[in-house]
Amino acid sequence: MNGLFGHVDKKNEHDNQEHQEHQEHQEHQEHQEHQEHQEHQENNASEHPESQEMDDQINEDSGRQYSVGIDLGTTHCVLSYVDLSKEEDDMTQEVMAVPQLTSPGAIENKQQLPSFLYLAHDAEIAEGSTALPWTATPEYLVGDIARNLGSKTPIRLVASAKSWLCHAGVDCKEPILPSEAPEDVTRVSPFQVTKAYLQHLKDAWQAEHPNAPLEQQDLIITVPASFDPAARELTVEAARSIGLNQALLLEEPQSALYSWIDNSLGDWRSHVSVGDVILVVDVGGGTTDLSLIAVTEQDGNLELTRVAVGDHILLGGDNMDLALAYTVKAKMEQESGGRLEAWQVQALTHACRDAKEKIFNDSELNNIPLVVPSRSSSLIGGSLRTELTREEVDRVLVEGFLPEVSVSDRPVARPKSGLRTKGLPYAQDAGVTRHLAAFLAKQHSAVEDLEHVNLPESATFLHPTAILFNGGVLKAEVLSTRLMKVLNSWLTAEQAPEARLLEGADLDLAVAKGASYYGMVRQGKGVRIKGGTAASYYVGVESAMPAIPGMAPEIEALCIAPFGMEEGTEQVLPDDEFGLVIGEPVRFRFFASNSRREDQVGTRLDYWNDEELEELDEIEITLPEEGRHAGEVVPVHLSAAVTEVGTLELHAISNQDDHRWKIEFDVRAGEE
Amino acid sequence: MNTSYTIDLSLMPTTLDLWHVYLIAAVLLLSLILIIVLLSMVISLAKKPKPAIIETEKTVKVTAEPEIKIVEKIVEVEKIVQAPAPEPVVLKEATPDAALQVLGLLQKEARFIDFIKEDIAAYSDADIGVAARVVHEGCNKAINEYFSLDVVRSDKEGSKVTLAKGFDASEVRLTGNIVGEAPFTGSLIHKGWQVTDIRLPKLTANHNAKIIAPAEVEL
Repeated sequence: MNGLFGHVDKKNEHDNQEHQEHQEHQEHQEHQEHQEHQEHQENNASEHPESQEMDDQINEDSGRQYSVGIDLGTTHCVLSYVDLSKEEDDMTQEVMAVPQLTSPGAIENKQQLPSFLYLAHDAEIAEGSTALPWTATPEYLVGDIARNLGSKTPIRLVASAKSWLCHAGVDCKEPILPSEAPEDVTRVSPFQVTKAYLQHLKDAWQAEHPNAPLEQQDLIITVPASFDPAARELTVEAARSIGLNQALLLEEPQSALYSWIDNSLGDWRSHVSVGDVILVVDVGGGTTDLSLIAVTEQDGNLELTRVAVGDHILLGGDNMDLALAYTVKAKMEQESGGRLEAWQVQALTHACRDAKEKIFNDSELNNIPLVVPSRSSSLIGGSLRTELTREEVDRVLVEGFLPEVSVSDRPVARPKSGLRTKGLPYAQDAGVTRHLAAFLAKQHSAVEDLEHVNLPESATFLHPTAILFNGGVLKAEVLSTRLMKVLNSWLTAEQAPEARLLEGADLDLAVAKGASYYGMVRQGKGVRIKGGTAASYYVGVESAMPAIPGMAPEIEALCIAPFGMEEGTEQVLPDDEFGLVIGEPVRFRFFASNSRREDQVGTRLDYWNDEELEELDEIEITLPEEGRHAGEVVPVHLSAAVTEVGTLELHAISNQDDHRWKIEFDVRAGEE
Repeated sequence: MNTSYTIDLSLMPTTLDLWHVYLIAAVLLLSLILIIVLLSMVISLAKKPKPAIIETEKTVKVTAEPEIKIVEKIVEVEKIVQAPAPEPVVLKEATPDAALQVLGLLQKEARFIDFIKEDIAAYSDADIGVAARVVHEGCNKAINEYFSLDVVRSDKEGSKVTLAKGFDASEVRLTGNIVGEAPFTGSLIHKGWQVTDIRLPKLTANHNAKIIAPAEVEL
C-alpha cells in the first residue's frame, strides 16, 4: 500500500519520472508474485519479504470495466456483474446465463451452474458430444450434465466439494473425491473441483465478453462466513491458479446484505436505524450460515459492522428433500412390503422436491400424488404411486427442521463414535432453530463494545432487531414464517420487541449480486460493511511446567490474531520466541474462536472449554536450508496479517535478521 | 548529284539528328495510344459482363414454367419477378433436427414416447392415470422451460368478439356461418396459443438427434 500511495504523491511533482518508476515497480511486483506462487505450489515454507505486495497490485489498476461477483455455492454457482463504465444510476447487476451441457450433445444457458463434477468413463461419452462453445474437449464435466449423469451413476459424481474445503482432517489437494468411488475411478481433489467450477465460469465469461478478460476485471468471490483460514486460502489459490490473481473474498451473509441494500435503491437507511442488530440467516442447499451485523453511527452516518458469525453447519435444503424422501420411502415399503431400490429413492427425492414446493406455494393443496416411474420403457406397467400429504411436509420439514424450541435448547450432538469416517461432518441435529438458539446465546456479548446497541442486562441471548433471509430454502413462506415466529417467541419471552423482516431480497441470486455490488462499494459508491476476521486465532504452545510422567504436557493457547482484525493490518508477537530447527517441520496446533472478543495478541489461555475454541487443522513451518546449516536452531517470533484479499497469513520472523517464512495452513498436502 | 540512297547496315548514326528525334517521339506517342486503348478495353470488359448475364437470367425466368422449389428454413415466399406469370411457390420444410430435439426433450422430461408407444388397452384407468401424471408434469416442465407461450386472444372463451376489417386470418380462424363483410362478430370458441420465445438447447456439431432416448445398460 505504501508503495502505491508514494507514487500517487510523486505524480504531481515529477510526472515523467514517475511513469518509469511505476513500470519498474509493477514488474518487480509481478516477479515477486510469480515467485511466491511457485513456491506455494511446491509446498515449501516460502520466503515472504513484503506481505502486502498483492494489495498494491489490486489497487493499481482502476481502469476496469466490470465488477464481477462469483457465488461459489455448495450446490450452485452464480456469476453476476456490473458495468462500471455506466452512470451510477444506470448500474444494474446482471446475472450471466452460463452455457453448460445438460446432457451429452446439448448445451443450454442457465443462470445457475450446479456445483457438481462428473468423472465420465471413456466409454460413456460419444466423441465430441461434450463440446462447449469455447472448447471441444473440456477437462471435466461440470454443471447440469454432471448432476444429471451423476444421478444415475453416483460413484462418479463429485458433489459438495466446497464443504470438503472446510473439513479439518483431510488434505484438500489430495485426490479424495468422490469419497465412495471404487478404486477404478480417477479421483480429484476438492481444490481441483473448485478450480474446475471457476474455470468454467471464467471460460463462459470470456466467450461472452471477448474484449474484457476476466483477469482484468474487479472480481469478488463469496465464501461462507464460517470458512476457516485454510479454506479461504484454498479458494483464493484456486482462483490464482487459473490466472484470477485479483480475486477478493467476501462473506456470503455480508454479500446478501449488500444485495438487499442495493435492492432498496438508496432507501435502506429508512428501514434500519442506529442500534439495530441484523441477523442474516442463510439456509442454502448444503449449509446454514448465520451472521450478525450491527448498525452503528459514525459522524452522523450509518455504519454497518459485522459482529459475529456462526459455526459451519452442514445442514440445508438437500437434507430436507432427503428427509421427505425417506419418510415417503418408509411409508411405501410398509404399504407394499417390498424394498425400494436406490434409483427409486433417487426418483422419489426428485419427486418430493417438486411436490414440497407445490404444497408450500398452494395453501389449498393438502396432498400431492407422487409417482416413481419405472426405468424401463413400460411406463404404465412399472410405476409406483404414493402420496405426499401436507401433514407429512409439516411434520418432517417444519417440525423437523424448524421446531418450536425455547432459546435455552441446544443442538443435540451424539457422542462421536470411535471410528473416523471419511465422510463429511454433517450436522447431527437437523433443528435449524436449535442451532440458531445456540448461536445467539453464544454471541450474547458480541455487541458489548458498541455504544449504540443496548442489550438489557437480563437478556440470556443476543436480541436481533431485524432479520434478513437468504438461500432458496427460505423462499417457502411456511418456513420463513415459522423461523420468524420462533425467533419472536424468544424475544417476547424476554420482553424485547419483535424482530422485523427485511423484505425485498432475492433469495437465490442475492449472494452473487451482492458480490458484484461490493465491487462498486470498494470504489467508494455506497456503504461498506466493516468486519475484519470472523474469529480470533490461537496456536497451541506447551506450558512451562515440570513434566509429569504419563501425562501429555499441558497446552496453552497463544492468541496470534484478535477478533475483528481488519484487512490490510498485521500483528506481531515479538515477545513470544520459538526456536525452530532448520530443515525440520515444526507443527503447531491451531485454534479459532468466534466468541472470544476480548483476547489481544499475545494473550495466553491456560483453560478454555470446547465451545469457546474450535481446533482447526494443524499449521506447519519448515525453515529451508538456504544459507544455513541443517540442525541449526533459529529463534523466531510469529506474525499474523489479514490481507486485502481477505485471507489470513502467518509468518515466522527470525529474531536475528528479520527473515520471514510463511506458515502453511494446509499441512497435510504432500503427506501419506 | 548523288541522289541514290544506299543502305548500309553497318553504318551507325553518330549524333542525334532531327530525324531520329522525330522517330523516337513517334514511337513514344504510338505506344502511349496503344496503352490507353488497351486499358479502356480492359475496363469496359470488367464492367459490362454482369448486366449482360442478369438480362439473360431474367428472360429465362420469365419464360420458365412455375416450379415448386423446396428450400430449407426460408420463411417468406421470395418475389423474384413481377411478371404476369404465376409466382414460383416456395414451401418451407421443417428442419428435422429441431423436431427430433423436442421429441427427445419430451421423452427425457416426461417419458412421452414411452407413454405413447405403450399399449394402454391392457391397463385400468387408475394405472394410466398414474403414468399420465408423470407425462403431464414432465411435459409441462419441458414446455415451460423451452418455450414461452401466450394466448392469441385474451378474451374469455365463449364471449362475443368482433374482428375488425383486415384482421390477421392466420391468427384467427373463422368457422361456421361465414358470410358478408368484416367486421365479423362471433363467439370465441378457443383462445388460441402462440409461442413468443423458444429457448431450445444448442447441439454439438456431431450430435445424433435421431437418438431421442439412448438405450440404458446398467453395469
